[in-house]
Amino acid sequence: MASSSRAQVLDLYRAMLRESKRFSAYNYRTYAVRRIRDAFRENKNVKDPVEIQTLVNKAKRDLGIIRRQVHIGQLYSTDKLIIENRDMPRT
Amino acid sequence: MLLRAAWRRAAVAVTAATGPKAAAPTRGLRLRVRDCAPRSAVPADTAAAPEAGPVLRPLYMDVQATTPLDPRVLDAMLPYLVNYYGNPHSRTHAYGWESEAAMERARQQVASLIGADPREIIFTSGATESNNIAIKELEAAIQPDTSLVSIMTVNNEIGVKQPIAEIGQICSSRKVYFHTDAAQAVGKIPLDVNDMKIDLMSISGHKIYGPKGVGAVYIRRRPRVRVEALQSGGGQERGMRSGTVPTPLVVGLGAACEVAQQEMEYDHKRISKLAERLIQNIMKSLPDVVMNGDPKHHYPGCINLSFAYVEGESLLMALKDVALSSGSACTSASLEPSYVLRAIGTDEDLAHSSIRFGIGRFTTEEEVDYTVEKCIQHVKRLREMSPLWEMVQDGIDLKSIKWTQH
Repeated sequence: MASSSRAQVLDLYRAMLRESKRFSAYNYRTYAVRRIRDAFRENKNVKDPVEIQTLVNKAKRDLGIIRRQVHIGQLYSTDKLIIENRDMPRT
Repeated sequence: MLLRAAWRRAAVAVTAATGPKAAAPTRGLRLRVRDCAPRSAVPADTAAAPEAGPVLRPLYMDVQATTPLDPRVLDAMLPYLVNYYGNPHSRTHAYGWESEAAMERARQQVASLIGADPREIIFTSGATESNNIAIKELEAAIQPDTSLVSIMTVNNEIGVKQPIAEIGQICSSRKVYFHTDAAQAVGKIPLDVNDMKIDLMSISGHKIYGPKGVGAVYIRRRPRVRVEALQSGGGQERGMRSGTVPTPLVVGLGAACEVAQQEMEYDHKRISKLAERLIQNIMKSLPDVVMNGDPKHHYPGCINLSFAYVEGESLLMALKDVALSSGSACTSASLEPSYVLRAIGTDEDLAHSSIRFGIGRFTTEEEVDYTVEKCIQHVKRLREMSPLWEMVQDGIDLKSIKWTQH
């Protein structure tokens, strides 16, 4: 596989964020969004293509985890937390 | 985790429509049906349901009592609860082999977090069982000069970190076994059993975003530490803990340890910032607040504060929208003040007014701010109602009062 381009990494980033916002549990949702943003930001200056590919592969695995866990969370969802009504932002 | 049901409403609505009063809500498992998948059984008129409106859950600020499962941990566990259900001790077929492989992988993950060899990790049902195994060793070794030092790495009530490396050094030089209950510390602060000269360590799954009902005990091999089995039977776990190893649970523990190793630095930084925010914001708005525990040797995620002239239980009840505790869960049923606070010399009255705030991996800034806001509001309100507070405001020194005996 050719090494991941900037566009592919951004697509992955957007896909992960989009999926994470679907977590029904407030704490999981906020954690996932925050962690993804911080992780991509932390690694934004990585130049080595091998390292980039490793990171991308891990991110793809994590995206799979997020998809499954979002789905399970929705199957077993419960009431919102007391602070969810007050603020709309998802982070 | 409490589960609510949209089809409880449906059932209630149906029984309300058909028969007499709806039955009292049962405590059974109920699943919520997604709103986007309407069921024909649900009457369109949801106003028929006698429910009072959405119940909002409290914020969770009690991570020292237990932690939520990290989604990565659940994801690792599920295959072993669905298809890979073999007994890891079955030697003759693929179900057993794959289960055993998962168990050994988990063992390696736990060992890697604390700098141990996988052969030194025995899976147990939790840190309590691990503690019992480690302490029983004292009775197993009959020599009169053998002894055991047992210290908690991070205290669960006040968050104080013990000088483990120094204690380990002393024990090793005096040929005394050193056990530490690291339930609150594993995966949160760096631990290395060799650097810190630890001989025995207890690990708890549900304190590190892993499942409940599983833990591990680390037992040093070089030099060999002999323990006596608490639970005898089929000889599993090198004879030290018989019983089928619960593969799904240990896979969860292993995954929790691996995630903890990766996230330790990030979590620690964030939790420290949130803890600072909580403490500063409370202390700048409220006088007479004391933080219990040495601030220099302190794990930031466990904050124990005493609010003078306020009774701890009343404050806990007032903060009904935040899940908090006033001390150790294991003594929460009794009305005695915490033995830990008493031991560090806290005055009786301050010990009764202590609250423990737990900040974890999933705690948000909003949750901290909400908790601070409510805490300030209710402490002020309770103090307004307190005659002791009134006396203090009038300049009376409470310690000088001679209370009459009745």
